[in-house]
Amino acid sequence: MLETIVFSLLNGLLYGMLLFMLSSGLTLIFGMMGVLNFAHASFYMLGAYFAYTLGMYTGFWVALFLAPILVGALGAITERWGLRHVHQHGHVPELLFTFGLAYVIEELVRLFYGTLPMDYRMPEGLDFTLFTLFGTNYPAFRAFVLVVAVVMFIGLYLLLKKTRAGLIIQGSLSRPDIVAALGHNVPQVFMWVFAFGTALAALGGVVGGIHFVTEPGMAFMMGPIVFVVVVLGGLGSIPGALIASMIIGILQTFVLSVDFSIAHIGAWIGVTVPPDHLFATVWYLDSTRIAPVLPFLILVLTLIFRPRGIMGKREA
Amino acid sequence: MSTIQQEASARANAVGNVWVRRGWPWLACLIIALLAPMVFSSGHDIHMLSSMAIMMVFALSYNMLLGNTGLLSFGHAVYFGFGAYIAMHAVRWSNDAVLDGTGYGIPIELIPLVGGLAGLFFGILFGSFSTKKAGVVFAMISLGIVGLVEASSLAFTGFFGGEAGLFGDREDLNSLLGIAYGRSLTVYYLMVFWLVVCALLMYLLKQTPLGWMANAVRDNPERAQFVGYSTTMVRFLQFSLSAFFAGVAGGMFVLVEEIVTDEAIGFLLSGEVLLAAYIGGIGFFFGPIVGAALVVYLESNLSAVTDAWLLYFGVLFIAVVMFAPMGIVGILFQQWANFRAGGWKGTLPARLYCAVATLVGLLGFVCIVELAYHYLRSWDPGRPMTLLVTTVDATTATPWLVSAAILALGLGLLIFHARPMLKRAVDAAGGGK
Repeated sequence: MLETIVFSLLNGLLYGMLLFMLSSGLTLIFGMMGVLNFAHASFYMLGAYFAYTLGMYTGFWVALFLAPILVGALGAITERWGLRHVHQHGHVPELLFTFGLAYVIEELVRLFYGTLPMDYRMPEGLDFTLFTLFGTNYPAFRAFVLVVAVVMFIGLYLLLKKTRAGLIIQGSLSRPDIVAALGHNVPQVFMWVFAFGTALAALGGVVGGIHFVTEPGMAFMMGPIVFVVVVLGGLGSIPGALIASMIIGILQTFVLSVDFSIAHIGAWIGVTVPPDHLFATVWYLDSTRIAPVLPFLILVLTLIFRPRGIMGKREA
Repeated sequence: MSTIQQEASARANAVGNVWVRRGWPWLACLIIALLAPMVFSSGHDIHMLSSMAIMMVFALSYNMLLGNTGLLSFGHAVYFGFGAYIAMHAVRWSNDAVLDGTGYGIPIELIPLVGGLAGLFFGILFGSFSTKKAGVVFAMISLGIVGLVEASSLAFTGFFGGEAGLFGDREDLNSLLGIAYGRSLTVYYLMVFWLVVCALLMYLLKQTPLGWMANAVRDNPERAQFVGYSTTMVRFLQFSLSAFFAGVAGGMFVLVEEIVTDEAIGFLLSGEVLLAAYIGGIGFFFGPIVGAALVVYLESNLSAVTDAWLLYFGVLFIAVVMFAPMGIVGILFQQWANFRAGGWKGTLPARLYCAVATLVGLLGFVCIVELAYHYLRSWDPGRPMTLLVTTVDATTATPWLVSAAILALGLGLLIFHARPMLKRAVDAAGGGK
């Protein structure tokens, strides 16, 4: 039992950290521009594929830095020549633009890489067991992912709180009009934030592509969950995104690793439901099948009862 | 005659012609719908036409939200899907009743109505809490609901039939009119009937006070509240009614396909109806109809012609969002109004020049995409491929260079010569667009 709990916590922590890498950029973009960037997870996917391709020529460690920069440049281009053009038509077209972009990016990935998963592996330097607990090995690569995420969080926090650029970004999060009135080029700030946010997502992709699988469906798998994290954490709040990522990550891992259904509680207090009863499906539904439902349930409940999320300053 | 008198007489003429003016698109659509099976007569084509009718009802119901009320939903397929599933359960129940001889069952003509009522029920259920707010909150809740339902569809296999889905048989149903619906053509005319009924109802609904208030709530919720309306109530009513029509589309879907799987309820279909409505034009009643026809046509025919059809689809959508946010019907209407107002006078050559340059650029783009798909995705890239009228080898440089040159020529002409020329011509003709 203890073994299950410890490993669920460790794996949940890892999953949560990967979610955080994706959602930190999105929460900045969402909070500042009000754009629900549907293509955000696509940039995460591009990060994984670019790192795979680059890694064949430069090795993993160079690709770890190069891939996010490349994807960030793509993000800047997207904002400058795509989103900004659509911005004048209002929020809905902006959102639809990213929606279409997600389609196109997935198709392009299929075109260039095919539909099969890539053979994208961790570098040999990280391919060892860090420690053994309860007879189960914990790979060093997972610890590496955690380290990357923590470094990213600290870097992001310092950038936003301690630098002048962070001050402008924070100002633009709440009152872009005032920031513009003070003489800052807000559209350019938007572009940089968008590029930066997509680069962060790509960094998540570089490590996430190894931890999960690098295949064209990976964006679609992560996309909706990242929205859940952003809404739960509160728009524009990095600490909120961190907490929400942890909650979702650990919750989902736990539900997947324990075998549990309402019938267990029932048996405990002495109530049983016959298998042919109307509510039998719900009664015997085991937790592994509830797992995919949970994030969306959280999303809907958050929006109904606390639309500003855990740490958000204003409503979605 | 003074201007006021002129306007009055013009209005009198307009009133006389109002039935002609409003009625002609309806009549044209009806005639096209009735005659289409003569032209598209193969089994595949009839199936496509039926799918178009279904998608039209679905896209029109979606536009009741997006176009009329300003609610952007990412989960409209939920109501389509619940309509389809419950209609399928009704079909199966009726199949059993008919085959056992124990009862009459639900007649086939009314199955879409069953779907509609199911859609209405779930629309009321989910709408009761999701329509409290508009904008991004509504969009996110709709996203959450579709995720919730899609994930549950795999958990509750009893109702949703699991991964295999549910089957039913439309031939083992009673008919009110005593018609056998074995042939797909007969079913197609049933689809046209339901399409006409739903489209008329939705059009009339747009003319009611509720329809006008929906527009007010979309454009300026604050003022609508000051006038004394509850914006939540207006949104809720529009949402529930829209879910009803989505459910009808789901019921129609069941009759055509005779199978329903979790594809009918998830993200993908929700995205597709959004694409269809938006590409057609959400500001016009006929926009979603045109969009649905186009989307279904592309899906069913383009996929046979080229592997790149999804890419074209995405690019088309982005192009519409970026350059024609009013949709295809919007563009046509704008140009038509412009033409009527004499805005084309003296600018026709420039307009044609622009159109030709765009087409040339498009040709180059298509050639490059086709070459890329052949080169990267084919088992044997060296195999000669047919590109439009010529046969080329995608592993040599010539076709790539020629295609790139065509693309560059088209885009270059458009950006640096044709559009400035059009702008000058329009300015010279005295404003307009």
